[in-house]
Amino acid sequence: MGQVLVFIEHDGTEIKNQTRNAITAGNKLGDVVAVVAGYNVGHIAKAASVISGVRKVVVADNEVFSFALAEPLADLLVLLAPIYSYIIAASTVIGKSIIPRAAGLLDVQPISDVIGIIDANTFVRPIYAGNANATVRSSDARKLMTVRATSFDPAPPNDSAAPIEVFDIAIANTKSKFVSAEVPKKERPELTAARVIISGGRGLQNGENFRKLIYPIADKLCAAVGASRAAVDAGFAPNDYQVGQTGKIVAPDLYVAIGISGAIQHLAGMKDSKIIVAINKDEDAPIFEIADYGMVGDLFSILPELDRELDHLA
Amino acid sequence: MKILVPVKRVVDYNVKVHVKSDGSGIDTAGVKMSMNPFDEIAVEEAVRLKEQGVATEVIVVSLGITACQDVIRAALAMGADRGILIATTETLEPLAVAKLLKALVAREIVRLVMMGKQAIDDDMNATGQMLAGILGWPQGTFASKVAITADTATVTREVDGGLETVALALPAVITTDLRLNEPRYASLPNVMRARKKPIEVISPHELGVEHSPRLTVINVTEPARRAAGIKVKSVQELVERLRNEAKVI
Ligand SMILES: Cc1cc2nc3c(=O)[nH]c(=O)nc-3n(C[C@H](O)[C@H](O)[C@H](O)COP(=O)(O)OP(=O)(O)OC[C@H]3O[C@@H](n4cnc5c(N)ncnc54)[C@H](O)[C@@H]3O)c2cc1C
Repeated sequence: MGQVLVFIEHDGTEIKNQTRNAITAGNKLGDVVAVVAGYNVGHIAKAASVISGVRKVVVADNEVFSFALAEPLADLLVLLAPIYSYIIAASTVIGKSIIPRAAGLLDVQPISDVIGIIDANTFVRPIYAGNANATVRSSDARKLMTVRATSFDPAPPNDSAAPIEVFDIAIANTKSKFVSAEVPKKERPELTAARVIISGGRGLQNGENFRKLIYPIADKLCAAVGASRAAVDAGFAPNDYQVGQTGKIVAPDLYVAIGISGAIQHLAGMKDSKIIVAINKDEDAPIFEIADYGMVGDLFSILPELDRELDHLA
Repeated sequence: MKILVPVKRVVDYNVKVHVKSDGSGIDTAGVKMSMNPFDEIAVEEAVRLKEQGVATEVIVVSLGITACQDVIRAALAMGADRGILIATTETLEPLAVAKLLKALVAREIVRLVMMGKQAIDDDMNATGQMLAGILGWPQGTFASKVAITADTATVTREVDGGLETVALALPAVITTDLRLNEPRYASLPNVMRARKKPIEVISPHELGVEHSPRLTVINVTEPARRAAGIKVKSVQELVERLRNEAKVI
């Protein structure tokens, strides 16, 4: 068993939930050291130190890491690499940005989106939008990978804290600069953390219908809101709501697909949900092939009725 | 400024793929092949930059078998200027592709590589980042908006919580997301014209790159299939079943 470095993703306030799943994956391969990078992130390092399975926290606290830019973060991973057999991050936008870059610098072929760990060198990963799973063996001495959070349980909190070590290093970054961010305030749970997801597609017709019909139901169920690519492209919902091959991969207890046809690229992002409900007026829509409960009909009459029915529950 | 756009020949996104019965891979016999959709977006963006006078030349490159010339031709029909095929019958993993592209960047003296964020066959989402890393260039991944000036690429990225804009000092690598643009359809005259545009064929060896794969595919399997469930007749029944049968609400 080797030493495993797990990248702790955070937003300056708290640790991203998918990181906890990455720690579980890391623990299958060896002793996990968590690396926290950022600016004024002592509280994040502390939070990481009390995640079960973390043996040690290494914290790189420097202004250069402020906005989680890929260039300095990959450089940091490269500097830390020599004593680790594995470097792991969750398959998030940040994980996908830094792991391959660091891998290139280390002359390693990264393994993206790992969903299963067979042994120290052998991993399972989805290909073709999840229509097939490939088992691959890596001959690289050091392995870099991103892991799909939905395939590993989140590491629980721990009673005792792991030691925190400061990694004091100056990394220059003259190549990239943060300009701005448009991160809308979230009134609902995050897609990747939600137990229930209500997702809308092109069938909603416009943004107003989307808000009027999807949001109230989501709120009644404390659910996150998702969308198909078609709905996002048409501006019904923001880009970070997209579920699918190229959007978010989710596996909630309940996924409700409304006015979504069920293209393979959409299914790729939600087919591992525990219970899938589909509401669609086309009884031949492919979404019904994977739905546990399907309802054929017009969403414009079904959703208001569902909304009322949920009132009765409360 | 020259822009290099790598284009990959992949199983068309509309095809439902099947795993070969011996578990060795995907059955591609007789299956429709196309340009990776994200690469089409990259070609479109590069051609637009040329039309705006920002780029001087758009070079497309594909790596693989002779048939990859088809996707090079498709890119030329969209408006790219010339093509290069790095010819090999071996399966190249992202690390090898990144090394070959690095060599090509040096040979062609390009200052911007515009490429798809992922290929829809292996779904790796790695080559652009790896290329940027080994070139020592900054990267603008998941791009949904790009603005180029003489020395800076300003890239708006689709990140997990929304959008983020970064400024990259050129030269740089940009990887494209779905909403960057809508690729054009090549008109028939442009398709005809593309036939006359040059495609150079070179070998990995000529680029001085030797690479042995690091990943061995042990097998490829079909994931467990979900059985279709039941149709409910009413909203009431749906809620009742979700509550008492599935116990999820
Ligand atoms: C490279 C690539 C990547 C992609 N990545 C993704 C991805 O990550 N996520 C994703 O979702 N897609 C992705 N797509 C797009 C995907 O192929 C589909 O185009 C998209 O998922 C369709 O969205 P939709 O189901 O909302 O729209 P449609 O396919 O148009 O379906 C709309 C559905 O609404 C139903 N409907 C209409 N009106 C009503 C009504 N009144 N009541 C009830 N039902 C109604 C219709 O019967 C239909 O089934 C990708 C495509 C490509 C090429």
